Amino acid sequence: MDARLTAQGIRLAYEGRIVVPELSLEIPDRGFTVIVGPNACGKSTLLRALSRLLTPQAGTVALDGEPLGSLRSKEVARQLALLPQQVATPDGIAVTDLVARGRFPHQRLLRQWTSADAEAVDEALRVTGTTDLADRHVDELSGGQRQRVLLAMTLAQETGILLLDEPTTFLDMAHQVEVLELCRRLHREGRTIVAVLHDVNQACRYASHLVAMRDGEVVASGDPSELITPALIERVFGLATRVIDDPVTGTPLVIPLAGWAAVSSPAVSAERAAAPAEESA
Amino acid sequence: MTAPVQMKTRDAADARSAGVTVWRTPGERIALRWRRRPAVVASILLLLLIPLGLGVLLSGTFEIGLGDLWAAATGSAEPSVARVLGLIRAPRLVAGIAVGAALGISGAVFQSITRNPLGSPDIIGFVTGAATGAIVAILVFEAPPWGVSAAAVAGGVLTALLVGALSLRGGGGGYRLVLVGIGAGALLGAVNDMLMTHSQRDEALAAQMWLVGTLNARDWGEVLPTLVAVVVLVPVLLGVRHGLAVLELGEDQARQVGVPVGAVRLVALGAAVALAAFATATAGPIAFVALAAPQLVTRIGKATSVSLVGSAAMGAVLLVAADLVSQHLPLNLSAPVGLVTGVLGGVYLLWLLGRGR
Repeated sequence: MDARLTAQGIRLAYEGRIVVPELSLEIPDRGFTVIVGPNACGKSTLLRALSRLLTPQAGTVALDGEPLGSLRSKEVARQLALLPQQVATPDGIAVTDLVARGRFPHQRLLRQWTSADAEAVDEALRVTGTTDLADRHVDELSGGQRQRVLLAMTLAQETGILLLDEPTTFLDMAHQVEVLELCRRLHREGRTIVAVLHDVNQACRYASHLVAMRDGEVVASGDPSELITPALIERVFGLATRVIDDPVTGTPLVIPLAGWAAVSSPAVSAERAAAPAEESA
Repeated sequence: MTAPVQMKTRDAADARSAGVTVWRTPGERIALRWRRRPAVVASILLLLLIPLGLGVLLSGTFEIGLGDLWAAATGSAEPSVARVLGLIRAPRLVAGIAVGAALGISGAVFQSITRNPLGSPDIIGFVTGAATGAIVAILVFEAPPWGVSAAAVAGGVLTALLVGALSLRGGGGGYRLVLVGIGAGALLGAVNDMLMTHSQRDEALAAQMWLVGTLNARDWGEVLPTLVAVVVLVPVLLGVRHGLAVLELGEDQARQVGVPVGAVRLVALGAAVALAAFATATAGPIAFVALAAPQLVTRIGKATSVSLVGSAAMGAVLLVAADLVSQHLPLNLSAPVGLVTGVLGGVYLLWLLGRGR
């Protein structure tokens, strides 16, 4: 697999607490990689390391073979963009102005708004379907609209690689699908996408490559339709489930079993282990 | 080079932004974009300084008229008029402009970095700390103006480090910074008062006037440090203006887009602390200009990002206007400019807030 963005043996820690002891990963070029896992498994931490917001204590994250730490930040910003979980939007800022701030890596002191900048913002608004919102204030928008505008800001950076940290959290179902369909479209246009998602079923629908994490380790990675089994879900999330084919898309659909016993208990795990082939109809 | 082309809003993305002006040289070596309204507001404020400035030059117990001003400008004024204008009125006016601009732009930078209007240096104790430095220099060391300014900067920096360190303990930023700053300001204010009451009796009134903020009796020696600081540091701040704007979106976004966050914060905060300190060394701790100027400019200009030039202009206008008012109060009332800035700025801000966004 061709991979521009790789991590080799990285160890990640916050304030002395080790979140990821040792991890190696390759992000398939032009793929739609989704990272899933329980809370505090290190998936957001991994994304931050991939985008150089967090420096590994050991190991290297490399872009096109060069360690991220050795590249100039603005240069990295032209290749790789991250949409963080939290973006503060100043009061009263207009959509166009917010999206325009994504142009920073392409701007110089006196070259603040070349025609290339204007076209990039234009294109970002068009692709995200937010052209009509251009003059509106960001704080007047709905959740889905706001997220699309933030995505436009990330797109205005004009990078080949997009990292998205939980782009659908706090959105209702329709808006989640809206954002994910937009990501699918961006993927089809040739971009490499890496997204952290909470919803495994959504991940299965959209990902070309799935990475399942638990306790700071990659438990499994690969094609979602081959990867997602009840055994894997049990191992990663501690939840007893059935896995069927999604009746609409054919991708794996994970359905939690009923009752409190479905949440990882030794008895349930033993039962699962004893009857392996029963559930993947 | 052929003349620059001013693009009307007919370009692609530019066409969608009503109220935006784009200015590009052919070949796009220079390409700028700005929102019209804030630019117009800043220009009007700068123009306002002319009538206000004339007002200050014509005010005072020594009668000077417009004719005298013209004579002084053409070098044919009487010596006494030239002396009053050159040594008393002009430095007073320049002090008002420089101090007002310094406070205004310092407030804008602080409020941008803390993402909180209450993060202004006059609220979070930096101005009071600078005053402590200045008072110690004046009373204890009888330092010359440059020494006073240096001591004020030291006072401001030390206060900044103290407030920063104390507020970082609890996770930093936000209301903790404001609360720690208010506490530090209160403590240092008490220290200042105490130092003042121990000054010589005949200096006590002048000292008290200074403590509340005044442009009286500023000579060129006292004005020059602040003027130099403004001329040097304002372009520095303009240089990091775009990094500051992106920083308002959060540290993660700023980092990932390539802003050198640590450097931008250090330069911006350093310059802002220095400007507030120099201003305080010249005119004493003047209330409210650093807080109000950026807020007023944002509301009137409907700007959404750090409005540095606008804040500087508004600060200068506020302070010079306050000086003019303080010299022409009815009923022989006398009030130092620091009190008037509080009243003027406060009333105007309340009115703007009452009107809604």
